[in-house]
Amino acid sequence: MKFTDEFRDTELILRTSDEIRRLADPKRHYRMMEVCGGHTHAIYRFGLNDLLPPNIELVHGPGCPVCVLPMGRIDDGLAIAAEKDVIFTAFGDMMRVPGTHGSPLEHKARGADVRIVYSPADALKIARANPSRHVMFFAIGFETTAPSTALTLMRAKAEGIRNFSVFCNHVTIIPAIRAILDSPDMRIDAFIGPGHVSTVIGCRVYEWIARNEGKPIVVSGFEPLDVLQSVVMILRQMERGEAKVENQYRRVVPWEGNRAALKVMADVFTLRSYFEWRGMGFISQSALALSDSYADWDAERLFNVPGIRVTDPKAAQCGEVLKGVLKPQQCKLFGSECTPENPVGALMVSSEGACAAYYQYEHRKSQLVSIPA
Amino acid sequence: MHDMATALPASKPKTIRFRDPQIEMAHGAGGKASRRLIEGLFAPILCGLSSEPLNDAATISINGATIAITADSFVVSPLSFPGGSIGELAVNGTVNDLAVSGARAEALVVTYVLEAGLPTEILEAEVRAMGRAASAAGVAIAGGDTKVVEHGKADKMYITTAGVGRPIPGVQLSARSARPGDVILISGPIGDHGITILLARGELDLEADICSDTRPVIGLVEALAAAAAPGLRWMRDPTRGGVATTLNEFARDCGLGVCLFEDRIPVHDAVRGACELLGLDPLHIANEGQFLAVVAPEYADAALEALQRAPGGQHACRIGEVREQPARSVLASTPYGGTRIVDMLVGDPLPRIC
Repeated sequence: MKFTDEFRDTELILRTSDEIRRLADPKRHYRMMEVCGGHTHAIYRFGLNDLLPPNIELVHGPGCPVCVLPMGRIDDGLAIAAEKDVIFTAFGDMMRVPGTHGSPLEHKARGADVRIVYSPADALKIARANPSRHVMFFAIGFETTAPSTALTLMRAKAEGIRNFSVFCNHVTIIPAIRAILDSPDMRIDAFIGPGHVSTVIGCRVYEWIARNEGKPIVVSGFEPLDVLQSVVMILRQMERGEAKVENQYRRVVPWEGNRAALKVMADVFTLRSYFEWRGMGFISQSALALSDSYADWDAERLFNVPGIRVTDPKAAQCGEVLKGVLKPQQCKLFGSECTPENPVGALMVSSEGACAAYYQYEHRKSQLVSIPA
Repeated sequence: MHDMATALPASKPKTIRFRDPQIEMAHGAGGKASRRLIEGLFAPILCGLSSEPLNDAATISINGATIAITADSFVVSPLSFPGGSIGELAVNGTVNDLAVSGARAEALVVTYVLEAGLPTEILEAEVRAMGRAASAAGVAIAGGDTKVVEHGKADKMYITTAGVGRPIPGVQLSARSARPGDVILISGPIGDHGITILLARGELDLEADICSDTRPVIGLVEALAAAAAPGLRWMRDPTRGGVATTLNEFARDCGLGVCLFEDRIPVHDAVRGACELLGLDPLHIANEGQFLAVVAPEYADAALEALQRAPGGQHACRIGEVREQPARSVLASTPYGGTRIVDMLVGDPLPRIC
């Protein structure tokens, strides 16, 4: 398969893995944060940790949009789902994320009209087909998915579709990275930078990380070779004592980003002064809301939502895992009270969540002394 | 798989209580929740406790004659899709559950639950599809029953088939007979059925040249048995939950580990492409015309050759082996030395697949 198989080539992967071993200084320990949940998933799915020397530690970051959403927002969305004649639509990732009184899927089993869509445009299609009902799209995601939400809203407005609204939970990546860097627990040497987010926001926006913080950042793709090559690029920078932004994912990410996408976002959204992130607390200017010109499509203004802050279960350490302070398996609930089947925290739900990825692909491997070839 | 009939003689010695407060779609998805429902509710109440692992069919003895018996329900949506339809699935599903339990289906009975308002044309097409599938599989349809419910109380039609089969001589199957070093074979490419249904629903604006793999596998099973019966340890058709779930059940039942060679698992490009786009793992996608077999190493070459020579078996291949470790788990290894755990399906990405 084109654009996939080339980046899973055994020969090249082994060569790159050898190069990493050559470049890594055995006397030092490297902590590299992969910002995206997509990277976390790829690292576990392709067993990439097995290809790295033990002194290179990959630390997962906050880039899983489902994971960083606090429970109160899910409760708010589900309160709208409970209103008469409302169809709740969301990406499949959201469906099993627990709210205070169960996940969207559990609300569906109890009778709410909850539907999976693969794009906000599909939610709008449902609205067109059901003019007597109200279709609410529960929007999540970083800058990766925000433009498609924006375009859908522009179309709804242009067509005058009034039985459609968006409950906006879009967040932005830069303030989250800044929060990580400001955290006193932070001991990160370099970043494997977000891939899909960067297709929209470009690479220039990361320059302060290199310049002010002195940390290398390499925007990376999601195939095994992409991630390994990014590690090589980081090691080369560190070897030379440099810190700069590099773009490993050039086949997809333009250095300046996608101007058209940024423009529609600017037209439709406005920056919230602050937004709560699961486990990381309130981060200023870190999320998007619908601008006043889209007030008629803004579910937060159309419906009365409880808007109550719900704290995570005490024993769950989602925040520490999200910040990379703890590994998934170091959480007290991991694998016992919190499993993909009965998730306590969202990190155990989304395929991009560090806990789910670790549980699915890595858990129990650690029990093995060695894996016979 | 794991229908009522299949659950009857089987449950685990350790008691699992079913504590889920309500039935969710996941309980029908063939993964962890399904297993919990059967082991925690159906089996303890209906079958008492026995130490036999769950199988696709039960064997019972009547007047000294051993027969295999199973039942399967079909609720697929849409009713017809590229490569097949509900009527064909209903025959092949039960014939295959018997086949992978080491029995040739002799007779089926069929029940229809119909929604008032269903056009006769659709019903007739499905009845004809069942007739064709039954003669292709060499099985008689011996009787049945029909119920009709009010419009809106069912989705067009549901079909249940129950079948009895005659054991294939010389075949003794049990997960517990597996040994480290045994070889795992698959009869052909995986994931075709699940992805076909997903695309046939038309919700994705994705198109691909791909068909359901629904077919009877009894011919392949008989060819395999003829060549390697003494070395044939276990078989199962990886329907809902896919190869990953089926092999996890096997690993649990035999107490050993399974190692898959990721690059040797046959997957059509269209299925791989759809899975990459949608974030699905082909190992979790349902099949309706494939089966997995565990064969003793000394019989592996003969078994594979027999499968590949049988009609429809040319893409059969060796995809893994049984190992001591990781006990009760499935591991996939990549050609470049990475490994990952392959877990059972959790939740239900694709409801009403069969």
